[in-house]
Amino acid sequence: MAAVAAEERDLRPWILLSPALTTITLLLAIPTCFVVVYSFWLRTAAGGEQVGFYLDNWIEVLTDQFYRDILFQTFRIAAITTVLCALMGYLPAYFIAFSKMRNKAFLLLLLMLPFWVSYIIRTMSWINILGVSGAVNYVLTSLGIVSEPIQMLYNETTVVLGLIHFLLPFMVLNIYVSLEGIDPNLVDAARSLGSTPFQAFREVTLPLSLPGLAAGGLLCFVLGGGTYITPLILGGPTDAMFANLIYEAIIIQLNWPLGSALSIVLLVVLGAVVLLYNRFLGLGQIRKGFG
Amino acid sequence: MLSGWSLIRLGTVLVYLFMFAPVAVVILLSFNSSQFGAFPMEGLSFRWFVELANNDAIVRAFKTSILLGILTSVISTTLGVMASLAMVRYEFPGKNLLNTALIAPILIPEVVLAVSLLLFLQFLSMPKNFLLLLLGHVIFTLPFVVLVVQARLVGIKKEYEEAALSLGAGPIQTFFAVTLPLLMPAVLAGMLFAFTISFDDITGTLFWKPPGVETVPTQIFAMLRISISPEINALGAVMIIITVVLPLSGAALARRLARRSAE
Repeated sequence: MAAVAAEERDLRPWILLSPALTTITLLLAIPTCFVVVYSFWLRTAAGGEQVGFYLDNWIEVLTDQFYRDILFQTFRIAAITTVLCALMGYLPAYFIAFSKMRNKAFLLLLLMLPFWVSYIIRTMSWINILGVSGAVNYVLTSLGIVSEPIQMLYNETTVVLGLIHFLLPFMVLNIYVSLEGIDPNLVDAARSLGSTPFQAFREVTLPLSLPGLAAGGLLCFVLGGGTYITPLILGGPTDAMFANLIYEAIIIQLNWPLGSALSIVLLVVLGAVVLLYNRFLGLGQIRKGFG
Repeated sequence: MLSGWSLIRLGTVLVYLFMFAPVAVVILLSFNSSQFGAFPMEGLSFRWFVELANNDAIVRAFKTSILLGILTSVISTTLGVMASLAMVRYEFPGKNLLNTALIAPILIPEVVLAVSLLLFLQFLSMPKNFLLLLLGHVIFTLPFVVLVVQARLVGIKKEYEEAALSLGAGPIQTFFAVTLPLLMPAVLAGMLFAFTISFDDITGTLFWKPPGVETVPTQIFAMLRISISPEINALGAVMIIITVVLPLSGAALARRLARRSAE
């Protein structure tokens, strides 16, 4: 039907698209541009905003060592999380993709289940495991291994742990999708030509699954790098990530111009990661996970 | 080969354990009769669930979350289905760019999305209210609906619609009589997806919610600031049931519908 109407200008797709595009323009595109403008305003001592073109927020954000340190820390936490997710996610994805079991779909569904379990519940559940009166300390003290409960929570390690627990399903799904698409004959061919199973994996399977690994990695890095809830719940006072600064500026200090400048920094930094990925690998791979 | 495979299997079991143990502990502790939301288990009891049901703040949070989730899923699925139809069934200039624009809300960090929407609407002197919360949830869930519905729509043959059109049905009639029934599993999946994401959202919600209004996640967040109590575990157990059992039964329903329409 599209072909017939294509002669004249077909308005139908535009009518269908207009509600969604209007929503995105009004609620996303214009507000994001507005935040750029807002970042040049000033917060006055009285608590209002001074409209104008002031560079004060930007000078503060770009020159203060504190912000650079937190940005670096955010990158480090997101990178460690991504690498660990890749290592931990590959095993179940590989197992589900190549297992001869009949219940493969069930296994995959099972691993996707935590993905549905509330993020805040999953984050908080680690307090039940690692807290002073949590499961691990309970076992250790009942067995007499330690006399006093150990303080294991509220440090960078627990932040990474919480993030892995949150992001691992994204990684598994993406690796699985790319492993599932590999022609099994390729591995058989490599084996029949004399390679060991590990060689066949290294030379054939692993390179062919790289697109999935990269897509999962992108999601883990960007979602991990933009979070503030996990550090608030599982981190100590020094484990803030960049998004925590934004939360602090906007919600606690009500310094909206400064919060705007910080938001733009996070958007540019994480956006650059997405653009680089899109430039070299294309965002199409991520869509496959929804098929 | 065998030892390699058993290592992989062992690793898989450990990863599953890692994913499920904390969730299982929440459910276990929610039945603990002890005063404190922690080990040891002193006995099984439903008292924390009863206290939940009697806690006005929590019941209110549940009502807010459910209303918000339903409205979000209806609006964003309607927008998403229309946009997906345009994307999959028509050719027009600028299509690739628009396709990226439709999923832009998930390419932008959610905090930034939250800040920009909040500041812009406050600039327009719109107070923090339920509408702001709803708009935020719609924009945030829209890309997920679009991705799910598009993936399914690609697999529905255009010939069915063309047959209906050539037999004299109008475009709107064709949509409701042919396309929509075939698309129903994806529409339901999209709605459930949107509902669950909205029901679970905290990152944006903390920015958008008016003072005094809590959704279930922000209520849990506020309670966590004080200390971890047995009530939180019980609330967690209820959340787990809602966000896990609901999509599972939805998936089963969708599969049944798909099978019926395939027959």
